[in-house]
Formats: sequence, C-alpha cells, structure tokens
Amino acid sequence: MTEDKNTNPMIEMDNVHKSFGPKQVLKGFDLSIAKGKSLVIIGGSGTGKSVALKCILGILKPDTGLIRVDGTEVTSLSSRQRKPILAKIGMLFQGAALFDSIPVWQNVAFGLIQGKGMNKKDAHEIAIEKLRRVGLTPDVGDLSPSELSGGMQKRVGLARAIASEPEIIFFDEPTTGLDPIMADVINDLIVECVRDLGATTLSITHDMASARKIADRIAMLYQGKIIWEGDKAEIDTSGNDYVDQFIHGRAQGPIEMQLLKP
Amino acid sequence: MTNPLATIGRVFLNALAEIGRLSRFAGIAIVHIVRPPIYWRLALQQMWLIGYNSLPVVGLTALFTGAALAQQIFVGGSRFNAESVVPGVVVIAIVRELGPVLGGLMVAGRVSSAMAAELGTMRVTEQIDALTTLSTDPINYLVVPRLIAAVLTLPLLVLVANIIGVLGGFLIGTERLGLNAGTYLTVTADFLEKADIVSSMVKAAVFGFIIALMGSYHGYNSRGGAQGVGKATTNAVVSAFIMILLANLIITVIVFGDQV
Repeated sequence: MTEDKNTNPMIEMDNVHKSFGPKQVLKGFDLSIAKGKSLVIIGGSGTGKSVALKCILGILKPDTGLIRVDGTEVTSLSSRQRKPILAKIGMLFQGAALFDSIPVWQNVAFGLIQGKGMNKKDAHEIAIEKLRRVGLTPDVGDLSPSELSGGMQKRVGLARAIASEPEIIFFDEPTTGLDPIMADVINDLIVECVRDLGATTLSITHDMASARKIADRIAMLYQGKIIWEGDKAEIDTSGNDYVDQFIHGRAQGPIEMQLLKP
Repeated sequence: MTNPLATIGRVFLNALAEIGRLSRFAGIAIVHIVRPPIYWRLALQQMWLIGYNSLPVVGLTALFTGAALAQQIFVGGSRFNAESVVPGVVVIAIVRELGPVLGGLMVAGRVSSAMAAELGTMRVTEQIDALTTLSTDPINYLVVPRLIAAVLTLPLLVLVANIIGVLGGFLIGTERLGLNAGTYLTVTADFLEKADIVSSMVKAAVFGFIIALMGSYHGYNSRGGAQGVGKATTNAVVSAFIMILLANLIITVIVFGDQV
C-alpha cells in the first residue's frame, strides 16, 4: 500500500466523516489515487460510496476530514472557488442524469457551452465527435434523451462526461441496469476513453465484472471505511473475509445484511 | 401514547426548522440574483410559461369574479338606494385585493406545482448534481431565472386581471343591471387612485416571488423518488397559497392601514 507515493496523488481523502442526523455514513474514510490511475470502490448498497463521491464534488460537505483534488484542499472552498476544480472533473451518473428538456447534442455540449462559454457551433462539432467516440451516429444528437434506450443514455452520459476532456472522471455504477453484453460494451468504452484522455478515475460499483475490467486498483468500502485496498490482480488472493464474501456474492459471511435497520 | 406536549413541541420545532431552511434558501437565491451569470434566455422562457400560458385562467377568473362582485354589490347597495356605488366598489375591490390575490392564487396553482415537479424530478434523477459537475451553478441555472421571471411577469398578469375584472363588472352593470355605460366608466376612473395601482403591482411582484420561491424550494429539496416529488408539488402549492394570503394581509395593513 506504499508504492508510487512519490508523485502527488490526484485525489486524496483523509479521515473524512459524514453523518446524516444520527446515521454515520462515512467514519474515517481514507483514499488516495495517483495521477492517471483508476480506482474502483466496491461495496454493498448503502455503504456510503455515493456520499464519498458527492463530498469530493462539494455537493455534500463532510463533517470533518480533508479532501484534496490535484493538491487543492476543497472542503472549505466556496461554490465560486470550487469552479476551477469542478472544471477538471467529469462524471457519469448512475441513471445517466441527462437533461430531458434539451436534445442529446446539447447535453453532451452542456459543459462546453454553459461552463466554458464556447460558441454553439464549435460545441456542436465537438458533441458530434464525442457521440461518435461512444459509438453513436450524429443523428442521435437531435433526439430527446427520453427517446433513447438505457444503454444509449449511458453512452450519451459518457460522451457528456468526456466532452470537456477532464483530468478526472467519476463513474457512479456505470453498468447498473444494463444487460451483461451492453455492460461490457460500456466497460470497454470507459477503458478506451480513459486511456485516450490519460484521466484519473474514481468509480463506484458493485458489479465485479465491471470492477475487474476498469480498475487499476480496487478498494472495498464497509461500514464507512475502506477495509481493503490493493491492485486488481490481488483481489482474489486478498485473504480478507469481507472481500471474499463480496466478490463471490455469498449470503453467508462476516458481512451481515442489515435488513431491519431503517 | 406519546406526551401531547412533546408532540406540540416537536411540531413547533419542525416548523421553526423549516422556516430557517426556507429563509436560508431564499437568501442564497437572492445573493445569486445579483451574482452573474444570469441566464436571461431561460428567464424569458419561464416568463412565457408563467405569463402567457396563465393568461386564459387568470383572465377568466377575473372576468367571473368582477361580474359576480358587481351583481352582489348592486343587490346589497339597493337596500340603501345606493346602486351607484357599484363601479367604485368593484374597481377598488378588484384592484386592491381580488385581482392580485386571485391572480396570484391561480398562477400559484399552475406554476408552483409545475416548478416543484420539474425541479423535484431533476433532483431525484440527479440532474441537479449533474449541473454541478458541468461547472454550472444549479441555483443560477434553475432558481434565479424562475424568480426573475415570476417577479417581472406577475405584475403584468395582475394588470390584465384588474382590467378584465373591471370589465366583468362593467358588463354585468350595463347589460343586466341597467347602469349607464358612460357614468360607469367615469365613476370607475374617479374612484381609482395611483396608490391602488401601485399597491396592486407591488403585491403582484411579491406574490410572484413567493410562487417561484415555493416551487423552487420544494422541488430543489425534494427527496425519495416519485412519492417525494408528489409531496414536494403539494407542499409547494399549499405553502404558496398560505404565504400569498399572509403577504397580502401584511401589505394591505401597511399600505391602507392608516387610511380612515
């Protein structure tokens, strides 16, 4: 766990705590991703994976702890100071989160037009190019997001996430809700796009096939803490009972499903 | 059984917390109004949705109310041989109270609910979070255009409502109650003062702010899927109604309270 620490990590979370009322979600969350590396956080539903992402984005404010993005401490920034940080980040949302009031190409170009003030004609060209990059024809650009299938929406979401060529990309459960073949197609696209951009990525998923494909390193989140982290190749020989139970999807093991808890 | 005092206390504390959250949201929204970027194109789009599309319902409401008002005042006034007060009372009642209040309530029913449903759906489908990741402040992009549009549009709508309301009274008065058309208009013009119109427009602008604020606030903070969006929509309309009526009372007391 101490290798390649000589370069500054792109994303660093240090002892982050976050509670909602009496419910503690993150309890001393630590994380470090080296520049250009892909970390996948695995963990069950409701373990706080999305909360960690939203803390980095500044959508949620952690109770205590430090978060650094490319060396800048972000938890104390105002929304205006955070803008240059956010400009480095693209994100693919679980449900794609496309804006349904505007056509597909404007979705892809949104960050360029609204965020960076690019003119519409140039942004349209880039949007079409990015759509092509994720395997969609230019005519899809004129459709409304609601006319697309789930797999196509994910592709558009990916195109939107990479449109401004970010240094950091977050993937929130990129394969949830897709059939296994489409899931693999999306995984391949993610790997290709990330390689093209040389981006640092942080993904959260509970799909092990996806994790194995897109990760350099894998970390397991359980009860608000990272309980194991290692290279992708080490996941099968982690010797950690929690990790073993999760990657094999067993109902029996040290992880108890807290079904009765609200 | 829980202690009834504890229940009262909890309800009271929850209400205070809600007022605090709403005030904070309103404060943030107002700060963002004076802080660029302002998305004027979106504001214009909202003005169209709020203003033009509300014209039929607001106009009909004013027409029927003005007409019914004239009929009632005529019946009531005739007991004192004072049928001639009809134009004066109609114009004062419409411009000072009924135009802004009924117009505001009708628009609140249409617009607060639509805003809460739209922003609520955007919240639960993570579209609002997506705005943040695309370097766009969701308050600037979603809330500010709605506030600006509603504050600018409601006075225009209420102006139209006032005119149509007076027209409703005029139609009943001249066609059914046998009042002289020329006299009706002269009396209407004589009774109407500048303060009436100004207070009417101020009320309309305040109601517009309330309508957009309640729609945005409840939608923006909705939680928990389809049911949460439904709840946000209901809460937006109910709270907008109550706040409009309360604000109306406050403005009326301030503007007309010391007139005898």
